[in-house]
Amino acid sequence: MYNTISQLISASREKPMHEVIIDDEMALTGVPRGDVYLRMHTSFSVMQKSALKALDTPQHMTPPLIKGQSSLQHKYADGATLCGKEVNEMMAMALSASEVNASMGRICAAPTAGSCGILPAVITTAAKKLGSNKNEIAEALIVASGIGAVIMRNATVSGAEGGCQAECGAAAAMAAAACVYLSHGTPQMCAEAVSIALINCMGLVCDPVAGLVQLPCSFRNASQSANALSSADMALAGQTCPIPADEVIEAMFRVGHALPSSLRETAEGGIAATQTGKKISAEFFAAK
Amino acid sequence: MNISLFDVVGPVMIGPSSSHTAGAAKLARVASGIAPRGFAALFIQLAGSFAKTGKGHGTDKALLAGALGFSESDERIREAYQIADERGIKYAFSDIDLPDAHENTARLTFKYADKPDFTVEGSSIGGGRIIITEIDGSKTSFNAEAPTIVIRQLDKPGVVNDVSGILAESGINIAVMRLDRDSRGGMANCVIETDANIDENTVSALEHVTNVVSVRAINL
Repeated sequence: MYNTISQLISASREKPMHEVIIDDEMALTGVPRGDVYLRMHTSFSVMQKSALKALDTPQHMTPPLIKGQSSLQHKYADGATLCGKEVNEMMAMALSASEVNASMGRICAAPTAGSCGILPAVITTAAKKLGSNKNEIAEALIVASGIGAVIMRNATVSGAEGGCQAECGAAAAMAAAACVYLSHGTPQMCAEAVSIALINCMGLVCDPVAGLVQLPCSFRNASQSANALSSADMALAGQTCPIPADEVIEAMFRVGHALPSSLRETAEGGIAATQTGKKISAEFFAAK
Repeated sequence: MNISLFDVVGPVMIGPSSSHTAGAAKLARVASGIAPRGFAALFIQLAGSFAKTGKGHGTDKALLAGALGFSESDERIREAYQIADERGIKYAFSDIDLPDAHENTARLTFKYADKPDFTVEGSSIGGGRIIITEIDGSKTSFNAEAPTIVIRQLDKPGVVNDVSGILAESGINIAVMRLDRDSRGGMANCVIETDANIDENTVSALEHVTNVVSVRAINL
């Protein structure tokens, strides 16, 4: 039984963290344990398809604000880059899922549609590097989901309620914990990764241009993927955060509520309210 | 933990918005499951944020596709207009002001060649979840997260007893049952959420209960 990260870590002294989470899922929904794995395999398969679909094929959306972002990054990844091929490929995957989402394609909300690129991009990248098998990936996704459930229960994953830190931030925290788990880090390291990832984006606002799930959403999916991977590496290196993950989650929630409504998905603040942002919006709503 | 893992990672859906696209599709799919079969035209009224920001989220296509029976993860949502045209189903949209309604609310009016109009109202309440709030002018409240039977009946003694008897005989366990009536002795909505899918024979048996006007089953 767990409702907090600290309870999750305590319970994980008795058995692996994914088992603790599966037990709670079975108690809640009555779904057999094998089905939890099966459903995670299905979710991950949808995630992967969305992360690969736009790598070579720009997706059509109206207006085409982010069309072709993924293929641009994918092509660039092969050349002389600063972050290296892996990180650039990861960002291309996050951008792909964002393009697919904006084009009314099929995605898996993780935890939301607007942040649907982060978990697929980060987990695919880490799993490839570590040579993880299908069940290990499902278990890492179960850990990510357990962390996400705590954030949903004790804070929020809604951009309208908590800003982008709640959506892409939560996704980054979940992905960071999943990577630590894939790397066989300890439960405490998973918690540290959650803290670090959330701290790194605390206060991030939700300011979609024209109210569309395109800009800045796609860039934030890419950058929060990098946040997740680097937070996992910091936790695996042994970095610790004196503020426990549960308190960081609470802080994120309070910061979200302190944000003015203009910075919580209303398209009235941030880059949505810039001269150009308003122009794009006016043109979109004027078009038939 | 009181939140399922699949409410965190999931739903699998058509983007871009769980509330404005996936929720809209589900809302309309459930609404068309409640309305009589065989509608010829659909009039969709959008309130609140559905009206204001629906355009960029494909809310119109999602509602139309849902009413045509497509699931919220079906990529054909994009082509909803063409599919409706091919099937000869007419459709129209307009905005409506519903001051007391949830932010993302739609009212769907199903129109028939040989029957009176039938209206269903509901809201998309986030994460792809929905609530149906009104059926043909009568209040109700359910989420369609379990198999659901919607019975339109007269508010007369004994109907609930007969209905529950048939479900017992069919081996269908009632999880939640809710009855709302317009007025004493008038029309009532009986909404029953069950633990198992509802078969055609059970629906047919329920239709024959005295004072039952119509029965629709929404399976998962």
